Amino acid sequence: MPALLIKNGRVIDPASGYNAVADVWIEDGVIKGVGPNLSPANAEVFDASGLIVAPGFIDMHVHLREPGFEHSETIESGARAAAAGGFTSICPMPNTAPVNDSPTVTTYIIEKARRHAVVNVFPIGAITRGSKGEELAAIGSMRQAGAVAISDDGRPVMNAQLMRRAMEFARSFHMPVINHCEDLHLSAGGDMHEGVESVRLGLRGIPGSSEDVMVARDILLAELTGARYHVAHISSRHSVEMVAYAKLKGLPVTSEATPHHLTLTDAGMIPYDSNYKMKPPLRSSSDVNAVVEGVVNGAIDAIATDHAPHAGSEKMQEFEKCPFGIIGLETALGIALDRLVHSGKINVNRLVELFTVNPARILGLERGTLAPGTAGDVTIFSTDQQWTYDVNKSFSKSRNTPFDGASFRGGPVATIVAGQIVWKA
Amino acid sequence: MKGLLGIEDLRRDEVQAILDRARHFQVGPGQRFRKFDLLKGRMVVNLFFENSTRTRTSFELAAKGLGADAISITAQASSVAKGESLVDTLNTLGAMRPDAIIMRHSASGAPHFLQRHLEIPIINAGDGTHEHPTQALLDARTILDRGKQLEGLRVAIIGDIAHSRVARSNVYLLSKYGAEIVLCGPASLLPMELGQLAPGVTLTTDMDEAIRNADVIMMLRVQLERQHEAAFPASEYFPFYGLRLEHLKLAKADAMVMHPGPINRGREISSEVADSQRSAILNQVENGISVRMAVLERVLGGEQNAGAAH
Repeated sequence: MPALLIKNGRVIDPASGYNAVADVWIEDGVIKGVGPNLSPANAEVFDASGLIVAPGFIDMHVHLREPGFEHSETIESGARAAAAGGFTSICPMPNTAPVNDSPTVTTYIIEKARRHAVVNVFPIGAITRGSKGEELAAIGSMRQAGAVAISDDGRPVMNAQLMRRAMEFARSFHMPVINHCEDLHLSAGGDMHEGVESVRLGLRGIPGSSEDVMVARDILLAELTGARYHVAHISSRHSVEMVAYAKLKGLPVTSEATPHHLTLTDAGMIPYDSNYKMKPPLRSSSDVNAVVEGVVNGAIDAIATDHAPHAGSEKMQEFEKCPFGIIGLETALGIALDRLVHSGKINVNRLVELFTVNPARILGLERGTLAPGTAGDVTIFSTDQQWTYDVNKSFSKSRNTPFDGASFRGGPVATIVAGQIVWKA
Repeated sequence: MKGLLGIEDLRRDEVQAILDRARHFQVGPGQRFRKFDLLKGRMVVNLFFENSTRTRTSFELAAKGLGADAISITAQASSVAKGESLVDTLNTLGAMRPDAIIMRHSASGAPHFLQRHLEIPIINAGDGTHEHPTQALLDARTILDRGKQLEGLRVAIIGDIAHSRVARSNVYLLSKYGAEIVLCGPASLLPMELGQLAPGVTLTTDMDEAIRNADVIMMLRVQLERQHEAAFPASEYFPFYGLRLEHLKLAKADAMVMHPGPINRGREISSEVADSQRSAILNQVENGISVRMAVLERVLGGEQNAGAAH
């Protein structure tokens, strides 16, 4: 395989602090060098003039629906959508059928990905068997099989004692515990954020406090156990404030936010349109502003999509019957640029950090940097090219997004995995 | 006017036009409803995904009273029970080319969702815990019939407000006329955000306070079927939120008592009150027909559109 030389882009590698117009040389699947005027022999050249050249983006929260729900997504189609969104690594949550709660399922996903996925796939294992919240899953064996974290995403562990045991056990395997924070009693039956809009629309509410009480519990348990703890798709003001407090106390607590929770509010929903139905729900503008502030001030470490494909028929029902979740891989960068960079909230360097080195550090991956010798994963993106998202051209098998037809300034241009261009705009 | 999905989106003059037209269809005490042929040759489908003999019959009589054909389909009898999706069902009905679909559904927003996929106008006959527009219209007609003005009227609405589509539609309607609306019920059925639904709304958990100086007392059915967990101790409901004769002394001397039915005697209202002179419950039922005639005429366009190609 010939070398790949990415020429004349603005190379931004927050892990090393590098930020200059330069070339990136990849050969044999790894980064060989970064600097001005590189000229390896027989290299294929990619002209990145006017573009940003960053370490490959990592999405630490996706749903690939395989095994079990291949009509909505497969490892192959989800990986293609990831590549088209500029992601070189993705972490599928364990809520498949069967649940990824054993080394067998973890190995199945990794093998499937090795053969069919154009990007790297790092599975997240379940905390409890079947994600039923009753007894711990085979956490250590899943770690050995390649799982990078544990989570019962969507079916959070309600039993505090069990969560404590999970944290203690995960700590011995250096795995972060990721929690979808939702007290299932407080949120029971809810379809959208609880507030004026839910009262107006006659839909049952999911109060912000259903997220907050579990974030509070988990932070206290993280302190008790010394575990590395990560809040998935944070969406409420109080939760962001509590994570900031935990960080201030020096606890190993991190969090991620989705593009939609940075952008959309309950008041901005098209009423009863299930493309606006997800968990956590779209919250108030005060919450959305707090999530943006959290990205700015560091309470939030990563942007993750919570890409949640659902086949069309599942979303063509009464709102209360529709499943939760939207797809998000292909629009994440466009939304983040619009909402965070073009609005002047953060610079491009910080944006790259949120997509690369931060998720890599949380998960303990030796990626998210352009350091020589590391994986040759690179994301090339524009900060000014206009484009419009057409979901009917999506690589995902599902079409559930509120961003169909949205226009963006800047987005992915090319995605390179182990030195190979796997997607180009 | 396309369909009628809710009161919230109507202008006051649109509401008024329906209330005025409904008078035309009213009949005197003991008289039968007159027959019109204003909608001769038109067809409406009553599509009820949730049981409601009262509302369905009322719409049927209204349609027939105007000369239209009315077909009633209940969810149990249709293919809905066979797992056909809402959209499939509606596409099938759409192929039959009715002039309007009257729809009752237990899910909030179901008619709104369908209207986005269907050209045929939909009349909302109650969607989940959201709106029940014709109920609010017939309530307003009933209040006007007692010689009251909607402007400045003090209306107490008491019961399970959180889950009441009747309350929401009435709030929107009365607010358009500048009425003073007091919503009252156990705190867990009275979300604070209700105060922001429309101008003129206040909340209280104290029934006496709600009724004091009221011109109209609207009692709601306690919807046990919508109570997914115990939001209040069941035995405490009637003692604290059931309407009894002694409450009426707090209201204005000519205050009227309303209830959308069906009533639960001894749960939210005592028999003495339900059967008293103050009660307008049977007037409400009567007005259901005349108001729905006015709505159907308006949605279907009446004479000027009769026989038009569609």
